[in-house]
Amino acid sequence: MFLINCPFCGEREQSEFKAGGEAHIVRPKQPTELSDDEWAEYLFMRKNIKGIQFERWNHIHGCRKWFNMVRDTSNDEIKAVYKMGEKPPVE
Amino acid sequence: MKNKYSILSLFKNALSYHENWQRAWRDPEPKKEYDAVIIGGGGHGLATAYYLAKKHDMKNIAVVEKGWIGGGNTGRNTTIIRSNYLWDASAGLYDHALKIWEGLSQELNYNVMFSQRGVMNLAHNLQDVRDLKRRTHANRLNGIDAVYLNTEQVKKFCPIINTSPNIRYPVLGGTLQKRAGTARHDAVAWGYARGADEMGVDIIQNCEVKGIKRNGDGVEGIETTKGFIKTNKIGVVAAGHSSVVANMAGLKLPLESKPLQALVSEPVKPIIDTVVMSNAVHAYVSQSDKGELVIGAGTDDYVSYSQKGSHEIVEGTLNAILELYPIFSRMRMLRQWGGIVDICPDASPIISKTSIKGLYFNCGWGTGGFKATPGSGDLFAHTIANDEPHKLNAAFNLNRFVSGDLVDEHGAAAVAH
Repeated sequence: MFLINCPFCGEREQSEFKAGGEAHIVRPKQPTELSDDEWAEYLFMRKNIKGIQFERWNHIHGCRKWFNMVRDTSNDEIKAVYKMGEKPPVE
Repeated sequence: MKNKYSILSLFKNALSYHENWQRAWRDPEPKKEYDAVIIGGGGHGLATAYYLAKKHDMKNIAVVEKGWIGGGNTGRNTTIIRSNYLWDASAGLYDHALKIWEGLSQELNYNVMFSQRGVMNLAHNLQDVRDLKRRTHANRLNGIDAVYLNTEQVKKFCPIINTSPNIRYPVLGGTLQKRAGTARHDAVAWGYARGADEMGVDIIQNCEVKGIKRNGDGVEGIETTKGFIKTNKIGVVAAGHSSVVANMAGLKLPLESKPLQALVSEPVKPIIDTVVMSNAVHAYVSQSDKGELVIGAGTDDYVSYSQKGSHEIVEGTLNAILELYPIFSRMRMLRQWGGIVDICPDASPIISKTSIKGLYFNCGWGTGGFKATPGSGDLFAHTIANDEPHKLNAAFNLNRFVSGDLVDEHGAAAVAH
């Protein structure tokens, strides 16, 4: 359990949010031209990092907006929160 | 040669105040080179080593474990064993394990306290009823014992369940697998460790893997905190940390690691003599031999390796438990903990070769790996020794995420994820 600073609503309990998994996975521009391996990579393969991970979250019991987060998955410490479309902070 | 555990040895050792028991396994330093190395000294890893030595005559092997054996998810699960999965591939896999469980204490000469007290899965809505009936039929077609119970039969089998139609999610029925049950989780790790050690397997604890050395299209060895170990066969059984180890070899897996929590109550006299699980309201409970209620909660939905979960997950489970078993309302919970489970998109495991020669993965067991420990070890040992999967784990390959031939067991996995 931890607090999340929603970029639209401010600090709220994590239970108000839904985790949306790894961020910055770009949807293929030409899905029809992908090989099966490339589809598997896009759909299923995940970095699943122990340490600093970039991920998507949705404030489902609040503003219902998506945003990005940088979080240390080894101790759940949130390093940064930024809006969709913004550049991820470089660390 | 290990002394055999028996009533006679117990008596003999009692005379010397239990101070002269033989050591159950050695504590060796790693050799320079092994024929195979298993990464991860949990139940699955130790079982793999045991069957490699026993059935495939690979005795020059080691199990490396970053902590102590059985200290990860093996010691954190709720010890439920069952095989009532939906699809043929899963039925084959989990029932193979259940059959080994039935003779495991004798085989290992170690009491794993396997208790076939039955596992009941409850239905709380019409869809549950249909799903569970379908699963019962599928189980029986696969030779797995399963019966469907109506509300009265559920009440008769487990009288403390509140079957009133006036609760928020009334009990409409349930399934029962009588051969299912529980076992003592630590004893499984210790029994396999003792058995493997006796056949010459080196169990190396406090030895963390730091890197995997590649050699062309194969592997050359592992870098550990106890130095380099040469080997050209590596079996990774690292549960929640599978992706971390895969990353060392430049591989990506279809896994997400999430916290899964469990808790136990203060010990009380026998009150529930079976295991009751409910997917829909997410409550499952059994009673340990010590008398504690063993309660399984759900996973958090975010990736985390912190071995602790959110409070509201525990709260949600306890709400459901209290609605179903009002008799527990004044019990106090003693301990609560989390483990990190590696979840596959189809809630089925991976027991597979990889694109790298000599590198094998046994992972993705998610929330339900304990029940499969003996079968998983047996089939993974077969896969490593023959460089080919056994027919029972052929469907659980990594390539299914490319071919699309998934084994979707979200319904039977029983823990929401």
